[in-house]
Amino acid sequence: MVNVELLYQRDIYGKTLVELGRVNKNIVVLDADLSGSTRTSFFAKEFPERFFNFGVAEQNMMATAAGLASCGKIVFASTFAMFATGRAWDQVRNTVCYNNFNVKIVASHAGITVGEDGSSHQALEDIAMMRIIPNMKIIVPCDGPQTRDAIVTAVNRSGPFYIRLGRAKFPTIEGKGKFEFGKAEVLREGKDVTLIACGLMVNSALQASGILSKEGVKAGVINLHTIKPIDSDAIIKAALQTQRIVVCEEHSTTGGLASCIDEVISGVCSARLIRVGIKNQFGQSGTPKELLEKYGLTSQEIVKAARSLL
Amino acid sequence: MVYSSQQIKRLEGIAKQIRRLIIQMLMRAGSGHPGGSLSATDLLTCLYFGNYSDGSPLLRYNPKHPEWPERDRFHMSKGHCCPLWYAILAKTGYYPVEELWTLRKLGSLLQGHPDRRTPGVEVASGSLGQGLSVGLGMSLAAKIDKRDYRVYVLLGDGEIQEGNIWEAAMAAAHYSCDNLYAILDYNRFQIDGKTEEIMNLEPILDKWKAFGWHVIETDGHSIKDILCAFEQARDKKGKPKIIIAHTIKGKGVSFMENVVDFHGRAPTAQEAEIALKELE
Repeated sequence: MVNVELLYQRDIYGKTLVELGRVNKNIVVLDADLSGSTRTSFFAKEFPERFFNFGVAEQNMMATAAGLASCGKIVFASTFAMFATGRAWDQVRNTVCYNNFNVKIVASHAGITVGEDGSSHQALEDIAMMRIIPNMKIIVPCDGPQTRDAIVTAVNRSGPFYIRLGRAKFPTIEGKGKFEFGKAEVLREGKDVTLIACGLMVNSALQASGILSKEGVKAGVINLHTIKPIDSDAIIKAALQTQRIVVCEEHSTTGGLASCIDEVISGVCSARLIRVGIKNQFGQSGTPKELLEKYGLTSQEIVKAARSLL
Repeated sequence: MVYSSQQIKRLEGIAKQIRRLIIQMLMRAGSGHPGGSLSATDLLTCLYFGNYSDGSPLLRYNPKHPEWPERDRFHMSKGHCCPLWYAILAKTGYYPVEELWTLRKLGSLLQGHPDRRTPGVEVASGSLGQGLSVGLGMSLAAKIDKRDYRVYVLLGDGEIQEGNIWEAAMAAAHYSCDNLYAILDYNRFQIDGKTEEIMNLEPILDKWKAFGWHVIETDGHSIKDILCAFEQARDKKGKPKIIIAHTIKGKGVSFMENVVDFHGRAPTAQEAEIALKELE
């Protein structure tokens, strides 16, 4: 791969907020002492009267977001994924989602690639915690440009959203079509196996597909950016087509993308499914690359998983 | 501040009717929270039906136009005391009084804890400790929109043991939310017993003052004192305000007063009969 564009999703998030904030005066942005990291600081600089920093107090931020939304505001609330979903879960369930308010939780620093900060900051359960709440909608963009699509979607659709972003730079995936909320994005058609991925793992799945094709294995790749509502039709179609699925996610293999897909195909078709992700354990400090290798989140591991199904 | 004896009498009369509705409603539902509903009855009666000394209403609202943008906001953070709120919303005309007899029944407009399906309810509650933040959000929205509505939040005393309350208290002072009014129903009981024994809240005035709030104390059962406290609060500027109301759990029904059992137990038919006699 040469000259791959590498972007911070949170840079795109920050810029998109400013762009949308210019047009839509109803957008209000909240943060909990991480505005520099989440890039909501861009919005704060341009629209100080519509930005509120709550300090290290995520529970207050989420319930306040609900109060603002009850008065007609479209509220973006940002912090690290760990604190947005874990620390404030009750507020998100009872006060944001039960009321079906326009609160858009955009959480950065999700997954193992938080890196050196170690386990306390590596959210590996956030998709699970958010997807079990009714009314919540979830997008995990695969790269920088798709982050913009996710933010625009969240503004244009009512109700609560959880948008999951990483800390590290993400390679931009070439050749994507137009983003469609709730629709699986088929990046490569497959015949022998389907690799279904979200977030950073989409790129790894594409690489794995390339390796497999050299071995004569046709591995399809689906970017399942919308975790909820899930595109059951596309998943069942792929499952029937290839009978073999490898799910790739930078998340616990319990409760996340793999579980979503298992729930969709279970009882509908007999396709076999293997999970590439974090297996019921906490992370640790290390560079993102080291951690991805240590926990088996690489294209090589995806290839191995696919081979084992053949 | 002068309030006519007519107004005071009128509000006392309404408070009694509200207490009767609470007892009837809970008896029919067979479960729910009478103690804290009765302790906050005079406070909410004044808020929804009272007038300042200049004749203007404490709470500006219109049941025919629940979405009126300039309306004052009320949020019941101690959601379990919703029988009180439901009775008040019925009396103000948000829905017919008959609706009260469906409390806690399957498919009812009146859920066991406040819910947006109920006309007049802005935001659901029930999980304690989040309502002051909800009020803070409403208060910040008013600032952004340059509207002059006021935001009232009813807090329970046991509830303020939640950390989220103090996060919100800090933030409301930080953002100088002087359109935000907390009302603390300080009846000194929580479900497991006396607050001083379960988790002491004192020195409560000092705590709120230290967090940067205007603090106003009142007898929570004297209509005149309550009206006066709301008016004092309205006239203070620059900081959020809290009315700390000293109340009696189960107020108005002798055998419920200061009895922890009635925090979360509905009266039986017999008990309701005695209670209603006392409230004649």
